[in-house]
Order: sequence, then C-alpha cells, then structure tokens
Amino acid sequence: MNSKTLFYILKRILLAVFTVWVVITITFFVMHSVPGGPFVGEKATTPAVQAAMEAKYGLDKPLHEQYFTYLGDIITKFDFGPSLKQRGRMVIDIIFDGMKTSMALGLIAAAVSTVFGVTLGAIAALRRNKLIDRIIMVITTAFVSMPSFIMGSLLLALFAIQLKWLPANGSTAAGLVLPVITLALYPMAYITRLTRSSMLDVLGQDYIRTAKAKGVSGTRIIFGHALKNSLIPVLTYLGPMLAYIVTGSLVVEQIFAVPGIGRAFVSSITNRDYPMIMGTTIILAALIVIMNLVTDILYKVVDPRITLE
Amino acid sequence: MNPKKKKFSFHVDLDSFMPASDKDKEYMVQMRPSTTFFRDGVKRLYKNKIAFVSFIVIILITLASIILPMFWPYSYETQLGVTPGQPVDSSYNNLAPFQYGKTEQALIDSGETVFPHVFGTDAAGRDYFIRVIYGTRVSLAVGFFASVIVLLIGTLVGSISGYFGGKVDMIIMRFVDIIYSLPDMLMVILLATVLKLTLTPLIEGTFLEAIGSNIISLFIVFALLYWVSMARLIRGQILSLREQEYVLSARATGAKGKWIITKHLIPNCISVVIISAALQIPSAIFTESYLSFLGLGVNAPMPSLGSLASDALNGLTSYPYRLVIPALVISLIVLSLNLFGDGLRDAFDPKLNA
Repeated sequence: MNSKTLFYILKRILLAVFTVWVVITITFFVMHSVPGGPFVGEKATTPAVQAAMEAKYGLDKPLHEQYFTYLGDIITKFDFGPSLKQRGRMVIDIIFDGMKTSMALGLIAAAVSTVFGVTLGAIAALRRNKLIDRIIMVITTAFVSMPSFIMGSLLLALFAIQLKWLPANGSTAAGLVLPVITLALYPMAYITRLTRSSMLDVLGQDYIRTAKAKGVSGTRIIFGHALKNSLIPVLTYLGPMLAYIVTGSLVVEQIFAVPGIGRAFVSSITNRDYPMIMGTTIILAALIVIMNLVTDILYKVVDPRITLE
Repeated sequence: MNPKKKKFSFHVDLDSFMPASDKDKEYMVQMRPSTTFFRDGVKRLYKNKIAFVSFIVIILITLASIILPMFWPYSYETQLGVTPGQPVDSSYNNLAPFQYGKTEQALIDSGETVFPHVFGTDAAGRDYFIRVIYGTRVSLAVGFFASVIVLLIGTLVGSISGYFGGKVDMIIMRFVDIIYSLPDMLMVILLATVLKLTLTPLIEGTFLEAIGSNIISLFIVFALLYWVSMARLIRGQILSLREQEYVLSARATGAKGKWIITKHLIPNCISVVIISAALQIPSAIFTESYLSFLGLGVNAPMPSLGSLASDALNGLTSYPYRLVIPALVISLIVLSLNLFGDGLRDAFDPKLNA
C-alpha cells in the first residue's frame, strides 16, 4: 500500500466522520424544530408538571446548550439519553437489544442474496440468450419492481396465512425465514443483474481469450479468471445493499413482528419518542456510512487498476 | 469511342465535360428526407417491442386513472353506508366483489340496475375499485412531480457547477458529496415525521391543505435530497461534452456559441437527462409507498397505491385480494416504467448505439 492509498483512506475516513456529525446535527435541529415540546400531547399534565418534566430532561436550557450536551454525551459516553415513552430505559439499551435480532436478520439476508445473486448471475451470463438466461432475467426484473413491504405482505398472505407452511410471527427462528426471504429478494435480483452484465463484460476481455488459447479448462477460466474479476462491481454494491437492508428491515420487522431495531424505530415514530427517533436515526446512519466507507476502501484496494482520485 | 488514351498524356478527357444525363442526375436526388436525432431515436424505440408495449401500458394506466373517476358513479371518499340523518348501514362495509349493500339489493329486486362494486368495498364501505384507480392517479402524480422537481433543481445546480467550474464547482461538489453520503431513506423518514407535524398547522385553510402535509413534505424531501445524483450527472455531461472533438471542430469551423449549444450540447445531453428523470419516477413511487406504510404517506381519506396496500394488511386473512390488487398495479407501473426507461436509454443514448 503506497502513500497515495493511505492518503485516500484517510480522506474517506474524515469524510465519513464529518457525515456522521452532519447527520447528528441535522437530526438534532430537525427534531427540535417540531412545534411544541414532546410532552405537549400528554394528557392530564399541568404547566407545572410540564416544566418539571422539561427540566428533568434538560429541555428548558437554550437550544445550543442542549445540542452541545447531546453531542458531548454521544462522543464521550456513547449516551443518547433516556427514552421518553419507555420510562426508565436508555435509548442505547433499547437499540442494542433490538440490534441482536436485526443484525442476525440482516446478515443472513445479505449472505443469502449475495450467494444466490452471484450464482444466478453467473449462470445467466454463461448461458446468455438461452432459455435459462431469459427466465432469470424476467424473474429478477419482476423482483426489482416490487416494494419490499408489498413483497413481504404477499409472502405472508401466501405462505403463512393461506398455505400455513411457515409461522407469521418472526420472533422464533422458523419465523425468520419469511423476513429473510423478503429482505433478500431485491438485493438478490440486483446482484444477479450486476453479476450477469459484469461477467459478460469480463468474458469478452483479452485475457480470457488468452487463457482459452493456452488450453486452460473451462471451469478454471470461469472460477479463476471470470468470476473473480466480475465480482468487483458486486463489491461496490455491498454498501448500498446494507443501506437497503437497514431501511427494508424497518417495514419487514413491522410486518412479521420481528422484535428488532426497525420495529422499535417505527413505533418510536408513531409514539413521538424523540430521543429514540434521534438515537436510532444516528446509529443506523452511522452504520450505513461506515459500511459505505469499508466498501469504497475495499473496492480501491482489491482492484489495482482503479486509480485513486 | 475515343482513341486509346496514353496513360501519362495531359490530354483532357472530354467525356468528363459532357452535360449530365438523367441517369447521372439520379444520384443527386434525395431519396428520403434526412432524419433528425430525435426521429431516429423514436424509430429505434418503436422497433423495441418490450419498450413499446411498456409505453402503451403506461399510457393506458395513466389515461384510465384520469378518465375513469370522471364518470364512475362512486367517489373514492364516499362511505356508501353513511347517509346523513340515518344510522350507519354496515351492510356496505367489506363487500366482496360484485356484491351489493342492503338498500342497493332492494333496488335491484325492484327491477332497477345498480352499478356493480367491481372490487367490492373496503372496511369503511368505500368502493374499492375507484379507490385503486384514484390511488394509481395519486401515485403517478407524486412520482411525476417529484421527478420534475429533481430534474429542475438537478439541472440548475449541475449546469452551474459544470459551466463555471473552478471554485464554484468545487464548493458545490463537496456539498453534493455530503448530501450524497447521507443515508437517504433515514433522512426521508426523519424529515417526513417532522414536516408532517410542522406543516399541518401552517397550510390549514390554504389550497395546499387539499394536497396534504405528507405529500408536500415528500416533495420537500425530494427537493432537498434527491437532486444530487441528477446534478452530478449533468455536471459530468457538460464537463465531458465541452471537451469533445466535435465541439472543438465546430468552433474551429467558426460556429457560434448558440449553434454549439443548440446543435451539439443540448441534443447530446438531453437524452441522458430525460432518461434518468424517467427512471426517477418509479423510485419516487417506491418512496411514497414506503412512507405510506410507515403512516407518513398521503393523508386519509386520499388513497395511494402504497396506503391501500398497507391498509389491506389489517384484513389480510379475510380479504387478501385487497392487497393483491394494489400490489399488482404498483408492480405493473414500476415494471413498465423501468422497461420503458431502459428502452429509452437504448434508443437515445448515442454512445450505446455505436
């Protein structure tokens, strides 16, 4: 690794840190611009009680002071404050609780979509314009055209309610099958198309012809040369895929009642649990930013042909 | 025949100076008018069967969503069981397709004809067919206007950035970089949540109230966040086009700025812009349906395809068709838009049909 690469990585890390800071700032000020405090809607509170509540959560202080306290707590203690609606619980604890399930769901979905996507894409490319290629392309086009929550609801209606093959509730291991499929279908379709086009591109390259001319066997050409090189564009999709899975899990966890971070986030929106909305947005955003950073760096490190800007 | 000509003789070949015969003149006749770039593209698009069919589907769906509500006897917000001054007639709620409520059945028995409820009614006794049609209209309109907003802002910022270059370009592009690296969906949810609360009192009583705070906040979100990729695209186009050899050669042969812009830059740039704007529509429809599911989409009683599908989840066991219908319509729209967009790109992107 030369100094240029290191400089690039450093620059990207700084941009990522800056982005997370921008997210925290936007989230803080946007949430605090809501007219009326978080306790206005509560029933049976007198102004005195409201003032006491606001003093307890530090909402009576000037806005910039609240901002620096909030930012300072996040940096030094990784503390996002207490939840307003789940009394006595800290936001970060609720998030970590949900994170275990959500991480499992997300990682399995990511693995499933990558494995199936690459396989199907490679098959489609190697059997270009044959029947199997056409079928794969039609199915993936259909999958890309359906929002995840509709896909999830249809799967729920078909496999859990009509056929009763799988449980509708996602809190057990068997119940995670449908949420995983729902989350994995769109990225899988996308990866299939990506692999197919980049594989077709690679198969037309000179070094493939050279390998053929040297008498290298078909399997070695596919696995040793073609597949390896056509996976580079797929690598760049890892970041966006994670972003998709994170936002997709918000609705998928809601549909299948998976006790994860997505469901906690959605219910915090309906409950107007401000610290919870802020904390979840920031943590999920940071996760996406970090994943994009890793993807970008990996991309540049893996493919030596790519020049660094 | 002339005598045999010596190879190196300077004698003039007199044949070359004979008046042209009619046969010779035929070469100069213009067989067909020269085609323009646009017409050429349309011809290619016409030949692409998938794109053409998708285009027809989009046109049919759009026309249906505009025309059908005009003469359909039911409206999307009328609860058929509710008549002022009388108790609510619950026989109108949750009708199966082609079934009728009590009073309607009485009319039919007395020999009158009643317009059928093609898809039945929903839980509040509203004709479901017209709600699907109206929801299609709302979803299409949201997608269309969102992509127009993106197109306008993106083109403006992108062309300023590309045209001025230098420091202006650098500042704008760093700004674009930051917005680009924000996780868009999370920001959309955050902004939609907050704008919903902020906007509702602001627009009360104005004509904007009819559109609803959620749709307006969706547009604001698109205006704030989604223009960046369009701006990048247009900046890149302008930067690369400015340096092309044919622009240089046009300049060298004395072409003025106006000619270069209208004959070279715009035709080469516009197709890419329109295609990405067309592909923006399905993404906006997706975003709207996603927000509808989270309760941040269109305001009730206005339906959108997303809100219809998410409402259907409550009665999924008994009325699965209420989910399947909007799901099919939304997939059909997004699928045809995507296929048509791909077809447009194949037909109009001059770099691809080399």
